[in-house]
Formats: sequence, C-alpha cells, structure tokens
Amino acid sequence: MGSNMAEQHPVGFQWVIEAKERGATVMHVDPRFTRTSAMADLHAPLRPGTDIVFLGAVINHIMSGRREFTEYVRHYTNARVIIKESFRDTDELDGYFSGFEQEDGLYRVDSWGYAGTSGELTAGKREQTGDVSGDQAHGAHGMKLEHGEPPEEDWTLQHPRCVFQILRRHYARYTPEMVEEVCGVPRERFLQIAETLCRNSGPERTGAICYAVGWTQHTVGVQMIRAASIIQLLLGNVGRPGGGVLALRGHANIQGSTDIPTLYDILPGYIPMPHPTSRDDLARFVELNGPDTGAWGSLDAYVTSLLKAWWGEAATADNQFAYSYLPRIDGDHSHYPMMLRMLDGRTRGFVVIGQNPAVGSANSGLMRRALANLEWLVVRDMSEIETAAFWHDSPEIEAGETRPEEIATEVFFLPAAAHTEKDGTFTNTQRLLQWHHKAVEPPGDCRSDLWFAYQLGQRIRARLAGSPLQRDRPLLDLTWDYPLQGPKQEPDADAVMQEINGRHADGRFVSRYQELRADGSTSCGSWIHAGIYADGVNQTARKKPGREQNWIAPEWGWAWPGNRHILYNRASADPQGRPWSERKRYVWWDADEGSWQSLGDVPDFEPTTPPDYTPPDGATGTSAIRGDAPFILHPDGLGWLYAPQGLVDGPLPTHYEPEESPVPNRLYAVRASPTRQRFERPGNPYNPADAQPGADVFPFVLGTYRLTEHHTAGGMSRTVPYLAELQPELFCEVSPQLAALRGLEHGGWATIATTRAAIEARVMVTERVKPLRVQGRTLHTVGLPYHWGRKGLVKGDAANELLGLALDRNVHISEYKVATCDIRPGRRPRGPALAALLSDYRRRAGVGR
Amino acid sequence: MSERLRTHAWPGTYDGEAKPRMGFFTDTSICIGCKACEVACKEWNRVPESPQGFTGDSYDNTVDLGANSWRHVAFVEQRKPLGIDAAERSLAEAANLDQLVAETGLQTYQEGDGLRWLMASDVCKHCTEAACLEVCPTGALFRTEFGTVVVQEDVCNGCGYCVPACPFGVLDQREGDGRVWKCTLCYDRLKDDQEPACAQACPTDSIQFGELDDLRERARARVEALAEAGAERAQLYLAGDDDGIGGAGAFFLLLDDPEVYGLPPDPVDATRDLGSTWAAAGVAAAALGAALAAVVLGGRR
Repeated sequence: MGSNMAEQHPVGFQWVIEAKERGATVMHVDPRFTRTSAMADLHAPLRPGTDIVFLGAVINHIMSGRREFTEYVRHYTNARVIIKESFRDTDELDGYFSGFEQEDGLYRVDSWGYAGTSGELTAGKREQTGDVSGDQAHGAHGMKLEHGEPPEEDWTLQHPRCVFQILRRHYARYTPEMVEEVCGVPRERFLQIAETLCRNSGPERTGAICYAVGWTQHTVGVQMIRAASIIQLLLGNVGRPGGGVLALRGHANIQGSTDIPTLYDILPGYIPMPHPTSRDDLARFVELNGPDTGAWGSLDAYVTSLLKAWWGEAATADNQFAYSYLPRIDGDHSHYPMMLRMLDGRTRGFVVIGQNPAVGSANSGLMRRALANLEWLVVRDMSEIETAAFWHDSPEIEAGETRPEEIATEVFFLPAAAHTEKDGTFTNTQRLLQWHHKAVEPPGDCRSDLWFAYQLGQRIRARLAGSPLQRDRPLLDLTWDYPLQGPKQEPDADAVMQEINGRHADGRFVSRYQELRADGSTSCGSWIHAGIYADGVNQTARKKPGREQNWIAPEWGWAWPGNRHILYNRASADPQGRPWSERKRYVWWDADEGSWQSLGDVPDFEPTTPPDYTPPDGATGTSAIRGDAPFILHPDGLGWLYAPQGLVDGPLPTHYEPEESPVPNRLYAVRASPTRQRFERPGNPYNPADAQPGADVFPFVLGTYRLTEHHTAGGMSRTVPYLAELQPELFCEVSPQLAALRGLEHGGWATIATTRAAIEARVMVTERVKPLRVQGRTLHTVGLPYHWGRKGLVKGDAANELLGLALDRNVHISEYKVATCDIRPGRRPRGPALAALLSDYRRRAGVGR
Repeated sequence: MSERLRTHAWPGTYDGEAKPRMGFFTDTSICIGCKACEVACKEWNRVPESPQGFTGDSYDNTVDLGANSWRHVAFVEQRKPLGIDAAERSLAEAANLDQLVAETGLQTYQEGDGLRWLMASDVCKHCTEAACLEVCPTGALFRTEFGTVVVQEDVCNGCGYCVPACPFGVLDQREGDGRVWKCTLCYDRLKDDQEPACAQACPTDSIQFGELDDLRERARARVEALAEAGAERAQLYLAGDDDGIGGAGAFFLLLDDPEVYGLPPDPVDATRDLGSTWAAAGVAAAALGAALAAVVLGGRR
C-alpha cells in the first residue's frame, strides 16, 4: 500500500517476483492501477488519503475475530499495559484525543501516558514541544520507567484501560461497510485482503507490508505507517523472517541521508538536535532526551563519542566535550517554514545540493518567489536545473509577472560529480550500506559533495584563523584533516567512514556500539554505524556473492546497527527462546552455549541475556530490558501498539480527511487532522473542502506520482536522451468516464487547475484510472506524474505547481498525494490570460489570492 | 530436440569454432515494463536516441523496433483477457461502465471488471531460417558461431533487400546513414563470455539469456506452471522448430495471442519456398514456350 514498487523500486521488486514464484500472494491496495498492480494477484483501488480506514478495518477484523498471534501480543507488545485514567479516546471526544488545546491547535500529551508514570516524566522529558518544532518524535526515546517495566499491566488483556481493550474500542467503527463507503473498496474485496493477511501470519507463516511516499506524503502520513505497524504487531509479523513493515525510501540513498542526516532536527544516529533549553549542560541534554532504560539509555555515550569524533582533542571532560559547540534549533526549520521565511525576506542565502525545489516542492511558484527574495543562492548539480535557472526562465517570467532584471538574487551554479565519479556508500531500504567505487574521474570542474563540504570548511577556517572569538571555536577546533587523493585532490571517503566508525583512545577501531563510553575514551561519528570499519576493514565494500554464503548474506555490504539484518529479531523466538516454528526458525536461545544463536544474522539482543531474565531494581540501559522483550530501542522493550509519546497527533491512528477533500469525514465530526500544519497566507490559498462554499469548483481528486522512466524532479533523467525519450511529456491520466464528462480527448491537451496554479498536460485516457463510488457519489481522479520542468531535453509544466502546503506536523512533509482540482480540455492560457483564469477560479471558489 | 540445437549451431560453417546456439527467452509474465532493456541496449551498443514524442499508446513511446530501437517494450491495456477481440474493443465501447454498475449493483467499477496490463520486451528473433540473411546480396548479414544473425556495419551497402524480407519488421535502415541496424545479441559481449546488456539489466529476469535448448526446457516448464495457475492463454511463441521460420533464437512466453502484442501469429521465412517457386516458374515458362511455339509454328502452317 502507498507504494508503486515495480515502478519506483524495480531492482528490489525482483524479490517480490521471486517470492511470487515461490507461492507468495501479492496484493496491491493503491488508488492507481500501476505496473505494480499489473504484477499483483489482486489490486484494490482506494480513494487517496483513506488508507487508515482500510488499515483500521484490518485491525478490527483481526481483533473482533480473535485472529491475533496471542502469545506474541501478550509478551512482545504493550497490549497489556494500562493507560492513565485521564486518557480520552476519539470515540468520546468526536475525533479528538484528550489534551487538545484549541488556541494553539496542539496536544498536551500528558494524559496519553502509561498509568503510574507521572505527567512530568512523559511530557516534560523532552526538549521539543509541539509549538517549537512539533518534534516530540525524537523524544520517543524519552520515557522514564523503573527498571524498564510499565507500572501497571494486565496480562489477561481484559482491563478496560489496557492497550488491547483501548485498541479494540478505537477500531470498532472501522468496519468493512465503512471501507466500502469511505475508501470505495467493496467489502468482499476488503475481506479477501484482510483474510489473506491473517492466514499468512502466525507461528508457521509471516507477511510483509511495503509502503513508500504514497503514505508519507499525507497530513496523516506517520499514522498510516503506525497503522501498518499495529497490524504487523498483532499478527506477529515483526522481527521475523518474511515479516516487517518495509519503508521503500523515496530515492537512492535517502535512507543514508536520514541516518547521517541532512535534516535540521537530528544529529547522526537519530540523536536529537539540542534546543536552547539545555543551555551548555550536556548532562541536562541527556536527561531531557534519553530514557534510562533500553538501548537509548546509553545516549550519553553516543553523544559524547560524537562530540569526540567532531572536536577530538578540543572535546574534554572539562568543557563537557565541547557540547556548547553544537548548534541549537529554536523553532521549526523544516523545508516549507524555511522557504516561507525566505519569502518574507528573513533568509539571506541558500545552498541547494541534490534538490530541485522549483520543480519538486509543493506550490512551486511560491518557492520560486522565495528564491527571488534571497541575496545569494548556490546550486550544486549536474546540469542547470530549474532552481538554478529560476531567475531567467520560469513560468512567472513566461507569464510576464516578473523579469530577470527585477530579481536581485545572485546565483552561483557549481558543477557536481555524479555517483559514478566518486567513492561512497548507498544505504538502501533495509539499512544495508553498499560501497561504490569511483569508475571515472569527474569531468572538468565537477567535484564531489564531499570535496565541496571539505573545501567550504577549509576556506571558512582559513578566513577565521587566529580569531580570538569564542563563537569561532567550533569551526576552528573541528577535526577536519582528511587525506586528499587523485588528480582532483578529493578527500578520501574511506577516511570519513573511519571517523564514522570511531576509535578507542589507543586508536583501535570500535567494533560495536556497546563499546562506546561517556567518559571521552571513545569517538564515533554515528553510533548506529559503529562497527562499519571493524577490524580496520571497510565492511560496506564486502561483495561476497550470495551463492557463497547463507541466504541472509551477512557478508554482502553491512547493515546498521551491528550488521543486524532483521531488527528486533529476538521476536523470531518464543518467550522461552525457542523458534516459533521450524519453518520460521531464525534466532533462538542456546542454553548450553548460554547465548543467542542465529541462522546467520546477528541477534538484535544482548547476546547472553537469557529468555527468563528479569531486570533487578535500578537496572539501566539494555540491562533493564526483560529477557522476553525484543524491542530493545524502546524503554520498555515492547512493540508499541499504542504510542504513549513520540507523536504530536495522537497515540492511535485515526482517520481524518485530507486538507482538500470533496467528501466529509464519515467517522468523526472533526474533518481533517486537528494538528496538520497549514499556512494561511497570500500565495498559498486552499481549495474549499467538502461542504464549504465553492468546493464544487474543484470537484475532482488530484494525485501526483512518479514514473519508472524519470528520477524525481527530473534533473538526472530529463537531461539524459535515452531516458527523456521514454516519457517525453507531462500527461494526465483520466478515466474514460471523466474524459466523457469533461470532453477530454485522448492524446489532446487538458488544463488542470487549483487555486494556486493552472498547468497543461497531454491527456491519457485509460481504464487503469477508476472512478470510485464513495458515499453515494461518483468520484473522479486526475493522476499527474510530476517530473517535468522548463529545462532539460524534454520540457513541460511541473505538477507540483498545483499543490498547497499542508503538512503532517510530526515530520513536516507535505500532502503531495491528494488534493482537489478542476480539469478542462485544451491548453492553458498564456501571459495575463493565465492570471485571469486563476483569479476567475478563485472568485468562483470564494478564496483570496 | 533438433540436432542443430543440441550440439552446435551451424557446425558445417564453423567446424571446431562453432558454439552452442545462444538466445533469449523473454518471459513476459514477469516483465514490469521498466524499459531498462531498452536503455541498456542503447548504452552498450551506442544506438542513437529515437525520440518519438508522446504517443498516447499506454506507456509506450518507443513505438516499434527499428534501426535506433533494438529492444521495444510493448504495453497492452486489456479490459478482459479474452484475446484479440477484447484488446481491439474501442475505449468508447468500453466506457459504458456506469451502466455496468447499475446493472450489477456493484459498488465500484473494479469488481467484475478484469483489467490487465501486459508488458513485453520485443527484439530481433534471430530466426533459424532467416530471410534477411538469405536475401542479403553483400554478405553483410551473417550467421555467427553462436547461431545468431548479425549485420556487419562495414559491409552493409544499404540496399535494403532485407527490410521487406523480415516477417517481423525488425530490419530497418537508419535515416541519414542508409545502412541496416538491428540487435546483434551483443555479439561483442558474447565473444567475451558476457551476457547481452538487456538481459543483464533486466531486474526481474524477464529476459533470460543462455543456450537455446536450456532456455526452451525452462520455458516449457514455466508455461506449464502458469497454465496450472490458471493462465489459460499463456503460450510459447517461436519456441519450436516447426513454424514458418524454423524456430527462433529469441522466443517468448506470452500471456495472450501474439496479435495482442502486435506480433505476427504465423511468421514465414519469405525465402523458404523460393526453390519450389522457381521450379513452378520453370514449368510455367516451359509450358508457355511450348504454347508460343505451337502458335508460331501453327501460324506458319
């Protein structure tokens, strides 16, 4: 669900094909009939943005039929944990959880906690609050529990306030009939899918759920994924071979760029970025951000080792290991708020690497207006992408709304090396890092991103040399001494990996994260990657063929953490440590050896902690995790059916309509997610949603997506002749019914409009797009791939121009996957006539500019 | 199994240098339409770009095989997998779905509406009885030691005789160049024990490369498995020796009739009957001559 795996991950999809050959059933629940659906045993189209209704109904199907994997659920999940008496569910508050504050539109999460924990501990033990950045997510490590155990539990799962019963009540209204009415999926088809999932679960069997940006790019994206996790925990499909929730990442190495992040609010290895509240007090930072129990109980060791990796000798116990050198975040610096600050003239400069916001971001026109408010812009890419060219070639210039002379931004375009022209790693979907060797030298002035970052650091440091100012110490004290090599004097990527792996004080390489210490005797650039250079060997460069090792292939590349291929794999054994079944044997306890054994993976558990281990009072870290609690990253070692903290929009996935939806919320009085992030400002109007006046001006559902033939915003594919010719023009996919309704001609042109923009596309009439019967009416969908722009060998309008900014506040990702629109035959107007068309739409819809 | 397949391709030609006959088995039932084969082929063989623009023909903007497209992925959207008649139903006919819903009382259109999206990567068939090779007056087209059919670019004079001879429309003259270009089954790679670029790039192993008799065995097992799984129209195409081209070096597993994919159902080597044609012509000529003689002689009488 939420994935078009065959088209977006064709190489990974070979394993789906292979599984199918071996008897697996492949089911595709997705709004569109794609190349993935073509290969599936079954396809069920559902209305975009209604996935939680579908998934919630699966949960209901499991629980009402007692189809859960009972022993797994009782021992390994928090089903037995009793929640605070003050917690109120959406059933009682008609769509809200307890703690909602109308004035700021955010939740006070205290009432969501485990009974017996104090409000102070669940809510106050995090630096981030919703009003600063919305990122309690990283406080998910934060809950304090005495020796890792929830204070109140009911192992019979009968207590009315235990998670199991709360879950059962919460999803009781998510019925097959509701799926039919809200999602447009017939109940028989739904039941067929739910039953197939149930039958392929239990001791003898497992099932996997794959998702991608079809889930993340919604105002409730995180909760869609949570809903899948609940299903998999109930069915016992986590930590076992063939199970899991597989996050198919948006493009190559996006996993790597969250592990060693390009994100504003985390440090390497998912350590939260400090806020000003922890001041210069490292101990206070650790206290606020880490629990005492579970693997995050060693946060002090992870962050101290990171500081030692970055500042080496300058990081000492006396200066709290240079903790004060780390930058602080004082607000929401995510992509769209950043762009809007730029629009308001509050950002002077912008460096863009590996991104093309003039095409790839929602409301692209607004993004370009923001770029025009900069003093300077640096774009590093392989060709002059739209973001670099916005000042002389843009839809605004074409329409006569602005002229290059009026744009003061000074643009620097720097040529970048491609991945084939540099050493480095890709991290794929399942945390597997694979080294790639440079095949050729980059041409001309092209350089790697590593070279750029290194040189930028060197040049800034040269400018600051001799500075007496304390504020310059963080830059001057950096360990910035990578060997240079080759004709282009490129920094040695292998040396960077050694720093990421980390060393002991005597220079030996760290071999696992458990070796890291908080006393400054170890360095490690990313604790989850500790061991990636164990024994002085680049573990990611290992390429032993699969046929020469076991099927887990531990000697092909390296998976973080500690080369563990299946996370939480302790769950593949029963509470006593025996395999659930011979067929699904993976990790088990060997009493004679006194350790956990595996078919070939690394057990994701303390190696010698026996299954019957009970933590003593005062235990911390992983010593505080019971021998039958596989989820060692959580402070209680349990899989969270119910998330007592870590999310800003609720402990349980709940259906809300998208920001722009043509129908009401059938489940609650609250229409859309109460915590979604909106930006009411000129240039970002929203189409009126259901029942609001003017909603009928935009009667169709719009979805954007990608094609196999192109790469994201097109910078790497529209410029390549062999790829460009395969999909040469923007097209919209519509059903024969919608084509008849609007007079659209196959192969002709159509104009698609929202309150933000109007674009043109060639018309593809296809029965792969189905009108859906939803709540008694026929809903039509317009599908738009978003790859095109004004540069490259093939050109066209950019689909993201149409979208408004509506974000999931947990992660600040915009709702690219669903909006409303109108469609009409013919090309869009040019020049002032385009603005006139848009203002006519806005006038009819009753919205401002 | 024919002798020609089991041992070596054309032993009479290559003697000791003859290799087992190599070919492609394209299993379209696992083709995901990614077109990696098209791109890998062009990259390796330096085939010029061939922009056709937006065709509206499903996701196919390559259109057909030609001098600048040696692999072509066809996309066929089928309302119901009922063969050529179903595929040819017009969109307008198929559009009347509202009525279908009203009649059946179904909640969505998907129900009872079998939709299928067939994808298949086409290529030169490397025929056993290859008309292109037979009609080539310069010897530019030749049979390699692997049993494949290759054009030598430095010999071809662009006469174009082979173009109409090919029963599949594969052979094509390159514009501005005049010579004929087509799939070589990566002859250069084969000589280095490498598999062809398209087969190597194919992520799902829809394109399989190997010794032809192995491939045929694999294909027979596969089509049986599919039939057991309910794919009634699954069939092998050009996998035997008894068709009009004596079997192909590149054969296919199709999920429907060849016509559905735009492939000729009964391709024939146009030169196959040349011998008997000439004989018949000879008889006719003799008869005509006799008749003329009779007339002339008779007239004199």
